[in-house]
Amino acid sequence: MPRINSPAELEELRKGILSNRDPNRPCITLCSGTACHASGSEEVAASIEEEIKKQGLSAEVDFRKTGCHGFCERGPIVVIHPEGICYLQIEPKDIPEIISQTIKEKKVIERLLYTDPTTNKKIVHESEIPFYKNQERLVFGSNGKIDPKSIDDYLALGGYSALAKVLSQMPPEQVLEEVKKSNLRGRGGGGFPTGRKWEECRNAPGEIRYVIVNADEGDPGAYMDRSLLEGNPHSVLEGLIIGAYAIGSHEGYIYVRQEYPFAVENVDIAIKQAEEYGLLGKNILGSGFDFTVKVHRGAGAFVSGESSALMTALEGRVGEPRPKYIHTVIKGVWDKPSNLNNVETWATVPLIINKGADWFRGIGTEGSKGTKIFSLVGKVNNTGLVEVPMGMTLREIIFNIGGGIRDGKKFKAVQTGGPSGGVIPEKYIDLPIDFDELTKAGSMMGSGGMIVMDEDTCMVDTARYFLNFLAHESCGKCVPCREGIKQMLNILTDITEGRGEKGDIELLEEVAAMVKDFSLCALGATAPNPVLSTLQYFRDEYVAHIEQKRCPAHVCKPLISYYIDPEKCQACMICLRQCPVGAISGGKNQIHVIDQAKCTKCNTCFEVCPPRFSAVRRLSGEPVPPPVKDRVLVRRKG
Amino acid sequence: MVNRSMTTEEISRVDQIIDKYEGEEGILIQLLLDIQQELDWIPKEVAERISQRLNIPQSQIYRVASFYTAMSLTPRGRHLVSVCMGTACHIRGAPRLLDRITDVLKIQPGETSSDRRFTLNTVNCLGCCALGPVMVVDGKYHGKLTPAEAEEVLKNYD
Repeated sequence: MPRINSPAELEELRKGILSNRDPNRPCITLCSGTACHASGSEEVAASIEEEIKKQGLSAEVDFRKTGCHGFCERGPIVVIHPEGICYLQIEPKDIPEIISQTIKEKKVIERLLYTDPTTNKKIVHESEIPFYKNQERLVFGSNGKIDPKSIDDYLALGGYSALAKVLSQMPPEQVLEEVKKSNLRGRGGGGFPTGRKWEECRNAPGEIRYVIVNADEGDPGAYMDRSLLEGNPHSVLEGLIIGAYAIGSHEGYIYVRQEYPFAVENVDIAIKQAEEYGLLGKNILGSGFDFTVKVHRGAGAFVSGESSALMTALEGRVGEPRPKYIHTVIKGVWDKPSNLNNVETWATVPLIINKGADWFRGIGTEGSKGTKIFSLVGKVNNTGLVEVPMGMTLREIIFNIGGGIRDGKKFKAVQTGGPSGGVIPEKYIDLPIDFDELTKAGSMMGSGGMIVMDEDTCMVDTARYFLNFLAHESCGKCVPCREGIKQMLNILTDITEGRGEKGDIELLEEVAAMVKDFSLCALGATAPNPVLSTLQYFRDEYVAHIEQKRCPAHVCKPLISYYIDPEKCQACMICLRQCPVGAISGGKNQIHVIDQAKCTKCNTCFEVCPPRFSAVRRLSGEPVPPPVKDRVLVRRKG
Repeated sequence: MVNRSMTTEEISRVDQIIDKYEGEEGILIQLLLDIQQELDWIPKEVAERISQRLNIPQSQIYRVASFYTAMSLTPRGRHLVSVCMGTACHIRGAPRLLDRITDVLKIQPGETSSDRRFTLNTVNCLGCCALGPVMVVDGKYHGKLTPAEAEEVLKNYD
């Protein structure tokens, strides 16, 4: 690769890349993000490569393995360019037909298209599928167009032009002003104004400064940072170099979880390519500005995503937080001023530089500008990553983009902000989502996890789930967090296992207040949120668990029993055969009965009972009716 | 079996990894991750070796190795089973899945079966929530699993 020595040479190179690319040449793109990979995209890729060769099209068709397209529910996703024909849930056996029909004959294969669930119409183009149509994909949109292992793909889309602009036309102070003016707020959770953070770091005393990408995405149910870093690593890198220039830093780190092997691999490749082109290293684009970056793999500790803990880990020590009387922008890694931002924040920077702070301020709400990528998961029809302008309502996100609740169930709540966040109940479905509105509703933005819950989700169990997570992930350094979380978990476990007592709710609230006020870092300070927000909106569920020993959602095992309704049982033997512990007695023409002493409440009978019978019931807060002797089978007609 | 001594070949592999980092600061976590990847666990002899060669107290090595979930101080079984306990998987029935798996394998998360056939782990989130609940066996993803299906999948590994 030739080294690029000036912005003009960069433009020359870009022109060269574009002139070798015919926009009308057929190109098959395949989503190869982690989720599609798990759904078998590797086998599909092998099949595409083989079939292109077999049908003699190697010279006429391009094939590109891209980053995550976001519509994980329907992966693996194949998009045929230039038409933009989108095929979903592709298997290797579909490939010969795609090549012979769509590539050669230009015919659309109906059965592989998306079917709109409301109109039943087939949708040909990716951009017209409601999941995509209602989004505004500014940061995430390029993911589906580029091979993350190819810097040329990124350059072809205008990549590194913001860096060239900054280095040739804008002094660092002006870059800083532009980012401040944009009102960009940190996408990692706190929502701190990015420009202000940069300025504090720039003005901190000392010669050496560090800039850091936080890709230690640890919230369960959130994977937007991974998909961005894995799918478009150069956009993050470009943002980081611009930030380093504005702050006056010459060394950076990318802290990425070891559990994200593709992200680690792709970011390593991206750094190497950028170094070869001279976009990293000494005298970048002939500007005199030097900057190098190192990758540090995180080893699996939620608390290490906290800024001071992350910086301790960068020094090779156990990633525990420290008190932040002195902020990390003043004393961070090796006690030097250090500026840490999240993946999405860095990736937004080049857009702001290219299009201007005023353009960015035109998107979003008064207090939260721009777009945000959410990880929309749980009991929603269209699981995936969605990018929307700040201020979009929950209803629009969950129903218009997410396609509503699975299996026709009723929406109950949405959990945002991960283990530090809270739940938002149905009555706030029209809440416009931004940093401040979510905080007002008792939750938080967090990094963008959005877990949709339906009527079958128990809120006490949800709170217990998060506290259990936090009890494991608390580093144990400070007592309020280590002991307080444990005590809250004990109380919640008692409640979900039928040992709840009067006064438990008040005790929970008391401990929560203590943990919130006296913990060392944000992990502890926000740990009570899952408890407090479920108490705020679903107190009646706690009361039912404690006073009636009843779990209204039929989730908490010790509070439920399985029962076969003798009026409905058709003695079909299905549950009887599948019960793993042999707890069901009966026979052909003999109504089945569950032996309550043997039953392990594994839910198998409930799942396998044919829906047309629906004979298995889950009871809670009421005794199981005794088996009726010599009950005659009532055969249903039809 | 935990105390089985390392072969000379293993020791030289470990030495090569240590060579890569010698003289650099703040490398302990990266070094241990590489060793974990190479040997699948961090044996006692390796901790001793690192301590000797890089002059890092063993207490510090064990502190790091026991803090992070990506590192293991005991050898793993032939097959690694990871069950995702992320929020999306949780509300889609991961606890019931895990219950059945612990019943079938007769080990708890973090344990290895006595015949060294399986090591069972839980993970916080695999980030493929569309497939929840998810179980991964030796890197192969099994999504949208019912407890009964999980039991069937595990029968294929010996």
